[in-house]
Amino acid sequence: MRQDVQFSLPDDASEASGSIDAVQQAIQHAPQRAQVLLAGEIVPAAESQAQDLQWRRFSSVFLSNPRVLTGLYIVGFFILIGLFGPFLTHQDPNALSSDMFRAPSPAHWLGTTQRGEDIFSQIAYGARVSLLMSFAAAIGATLIAVVAGLAAGYFGGWIDEVISFLINIFLVLPGMPLAIVIASFAVKGPVTIVLVLLFTSWPWGARVLRAQTLSIRQREFVTSARVIGERPWQVILVEILPNEIALVASSFVSTFVHATLTAVALEFLGLGDMMVASWGTVLHWAQVDSALMANGWWQFVPAGLCVAILCAGLTFINFGIDEIANPALRSERKLRKSKKGIA
Amino acid sequence: MSIQEQAQKLLDVTDLTIDYEAANGTVHAVKNVSFTLHRGEILGIAGESGCGKSTLAYGIARLLRPPAQVAGGQVLYYPRKDRQDAYYSAASSLQDVLQEQDSIDILQLSSEQLRAFRWHELSIVFQSAMNALNPVMTIGMQIIDVLQAHLPDKPMRFYKRRAIELLDLVGITADRLNSYPHQLSGGMRQRTVIAIALALRPDLIIMDEPTTALDVVIQREILELISSLCKEFNTALIFITHDLSLLLELSHKIAIMYAGNLVEQATSREMYHHPGHPYSYGLLNAFPTLDGPQLQMVGIPGAPPDLRQVPPGCAFNPRCIMAFDACRRVVPQLRPVSAETSERKVACHLYDPRFSVRGPTTEQIAYCYETLSEGARVE
Amino acid sequence: MRYLLRRLGFYLAALWASATITFLIPRLMPGDPVEAYIAKIQSQGQGVIAPNAVNAIRIQFGLTNDPLWVQYFQYLNNVLHGDLGIALSQFPAKVTQVLGYDLPWTLGLVGTAAILSFSLGTLLGILVAWKRGTWIDTTLTPVLTFFSAIPYFWLALGLIYLLGVTLRWLPTGDGYDTLGDLTKGWNPDFILSVLQHAFLPAFTIVISSMAGWLLNMRSTLITTLSEDYVLMARAKGLTERRVMFAYAARNAILPNITGFGMSLGFVLGGSLLTEIVFNYPGIGYALFSAITLLDYGTIEGVFLILAITMLLANLLAEVAYVVLDPRVRNERG
Repeated sequence: MRQDVQFSLPDDASEASGSIDAVQQAIQHAPQRAQVLLAGEIVPAAESQAQDLQWRRFSSVFLSNPRVLTGLYIVGFFILIGLFGPFLTHQDPNALSSDMFRAPSPAHWLGTTQRGEDIFSQIAYGARVSLLMSFAAAIGATLIAVVAGLAAGYFGGWIDEVISFLINIFLVLPGMPLAIVIASFAVKGPVTIVLVLLFTSWPWGARVLRAQTLSIRQREFVTSARVIGERPWQVILVEILPNEIALVASSFVSTFVHATLTAVALEFLGLGDMMVASWGTVLHWAQVDSALMANGWWQFVPAGLCVAILCAGLTFINFGIDEIANPALRSERKLRKSKKGIA
Repeated sequence: MSIQEQAQKLLDVTDLTIDYEAANGTVHAVKNVSFTLHRGEILGIAGESGCGKSTLAYGIARLLRPPAQVAGGQVLYYPRKDRQDAYYSAASSLQDVLQEQDSIDILQLSSEQLRAFRWHELSIVFQSAMNALNPVMTIGMQIIDVLQAHLPDKPMRFYKRRAIELLDLVGITADRLNSYPHQLSGGMRQRTVIAIALALRPDLIIMDEPTTALDVVIQREILELISSLCKEFNTALIFITHDLSLLLELSHKIAIMYAGNLVEQATSREMYHHPGHPYSYGLLNAFPTLDGPQLQMVGIPGAPPDLRQVPPGCAFNPRCIMAFDACRRVVPQLRPVSAETSERKVACHLYDPRFSVRGPTTEQIAYCYETLSEGARVE
Repeated sequence: MRYLLRRLGFYLAALWASATITFLIPRLMPGDPVEAYIAKIQSQGQGVIAPNAVNAIRIQFGLTNDPLWVQYFQYLNNVLHGDLGIALSQFPAKVTQVLGYDLPWTLGLVGTAAILSFSLGTLLGILVAWKRGTWIDTTLTPVLTFFSAIPYFWLALGLIYLLGVTLRWLPTGDGYDTLGDLTKGWNPDFILSVLQHAFLPAFTIVISSMAGWLLNMRSTLITTLSEDYVLMARAKGLTERRVMFAYAARNAILPNITGFGMSLGFVLGGSLLTEIVFNYPGIGYALFSAITLLDYGTIEGVFLILAITMLLANLLAEVAYVVLDPRVRNERG
């Protein structure tokens, strides 16, 4: 329904035109009108709200998506646990007690291990360790990926050849086995694990970023920046990188998930520091103690569940980032409403 | 319209309105557009980017992608009664409908009816042939599969022969049957798409800027090809472009769109010599003629409006050199210029008998645009 | 054709790189692996090892006092002749012997599971993208996302507990019934037992890895569905099924084939862990015991074999890609 339609004219319609008809009036006023038009007083409406629109678009796509919101809540929850969890439990995760291998009870919310350690505090303290490890690995790997990908994509030539070769080699080597091999030869502990993760996770992001940089580099705004005389690092950081933020964010989240799963796997195998409580080591001890066979589900369920839920939450967030970058993936809900007009 | 013309009516679009549901409101991409097309007629639709011409075409063909949807109107199609093709038996419900009336509303067809209708009566040529062709299928297969879908249960020889005939029509040799799209040049790809469009001898083809992506020389060849094919098969054509000069030679009728409205409709001859709407005049004179005096090119000042915030009254009024006060308040309707020639229609208050005795002559419009160039020269 | 040859060259280079990495890792790490090994043996009370025996072990392990590059070429030479050293934990068996026995179990299990999971994942991905917005998509996608986030071995433990211990439907470990009276070989009893024991591990691998491929296929397909040629296919009046498979899926699957090769590494890693949980007699389990016993020879051997498997799988994926995408065939060839 258009509100601007008026089908009947007001009675004094001829007031402005007087007794002259419209054509005459137009011809008479043409020179003045020309001045007005040439002065450029017609403002194209779209530009003025560009910034405002960008934030609104971001929030409407990203934050209104229920899966993304779930993901954000989940990750937020775990961050809180990591920060404040240890204060909730007043027990030292490594403290032995006489309540050996008990099921969950008011005294021990998630039960105890064979040696009487409180599992809930292990999980709470372990959250910190696991999250920090994954975060460090993800930040490091993403940084390497950004540097490698952008350098290879921008500079081309032998830099690209070398980096591409490295990327391809690493992509084609089995990641987890490589991590296992390196970790088993080195000093066991969280630092090793983080380094191993760094070493094996960077190629994925680098590959994607390189491809994106290659295509952005062709664009005119980059060419004009270079012609102006911007230094290479300026062009990369100021012109190219901001356009790849979505990809970098997505890569970071994926690496975080990958790092968490790999770290837990390595620790499960016994390649981490067994004395430090983290989600993986909890599972390792559960396996070593054959908790499962003894029906001790409380020892291995919580840790694994935490990992699974955290990683699922992160993947949901990644969906949201994908939808921002690729409009085709957006809001299926609206699709269902508008069935008319298509096949 | 004479009875003879009535009998040859092919497409009757009435008050077609298409909306886009955007995040911050509804955009009226096409507003109450009406026109009639006859058999064998070539209608050109011209306008700037974003005026709604492509949306109109996809709306007619029911190929709109969400969030676009038809919000109102009807599109009546009058198929030939003497077609004995097999597809009618496939869509028996369509056949029943046609027993009673001589037209069908494309917008109301069920998906099964639509599938039978498609390509047989109405085919479409997309803007970018490279994107319109499946990159992993040979062009031969892409012709054959539409033949197989609509004329089933024939031997492969039949389909292959038909495909070779079609390629020959557009000037592609038979050995290209097994080529992939990326192995063809741009012009050849466009010809392929045209060949596919002709596969079932449709009565109506919609072409969405088919030559925009090609260089001028190839453009000419393709246009000549299209023209001759339409004449040969008496196919009606809706040709969409932003380049008015192409339409002046190619089409019988031209329609100009602006901000979702149809603002003028005339034969190409009339449009060339006597454009009625100030916008049409501006479009026509946006390119210089080979002969004629040297002019200061000014063009139409300003830019098309954001469709979410269309100016009140006539959408063109902020940029119109001949605007007066009613233009800012009342939306002009598309109406015949004079009682005799009902074919020529303009949506402009200058032709409204309430405001002026008769519409402006071409010289008067030219004079007004002159003031723009003079004003520019003075700067 | 030239394209494939160039890729083959790359894979040979990658093979060389794997061997080199395998060679370098123990030598670059701080500490002496042989010392560590000996310390472990002695701590387990297996007696003191005489110095010349220590030296012999050193030589077997490849850690001679020769300069590094000499050791390197010796190592490469050995590998080319199929000699991966001695399996210290099963002295004096050779690594190739030990792994040669375990490898078929792993290949059978992982190979079948991976192919099954890729096919299922891809097909379901097509279904989910096709029925986008319906209940199939809105329920399946989050559920499977969750499954893709579960660590393989944790899922394995859970399934063992549920189906093996609590419900006692399926056996909880080993490759076949070791307690019973089975003769190994191609007899029906043995094969049945093998299948029974392989079911849970395979099921674990399939469920965990399928989600990844499904989600990948789903998003590629959704993007492909917005392409012009899909719109044209619809405009041509083709059946929805033909549009979905011959036009959309056929194009969408291409990036996923390359993805198959690369994500195989993760599947391999995950299946190693699955074998460990199930005590399945494959190279994963061999790896686990090797780690515990500090049997570096076996650890290296397993890695090299896995690397070669990955390379082969990737090579196959590339060949498949060339077959399926005509654009690559001519331009590079």
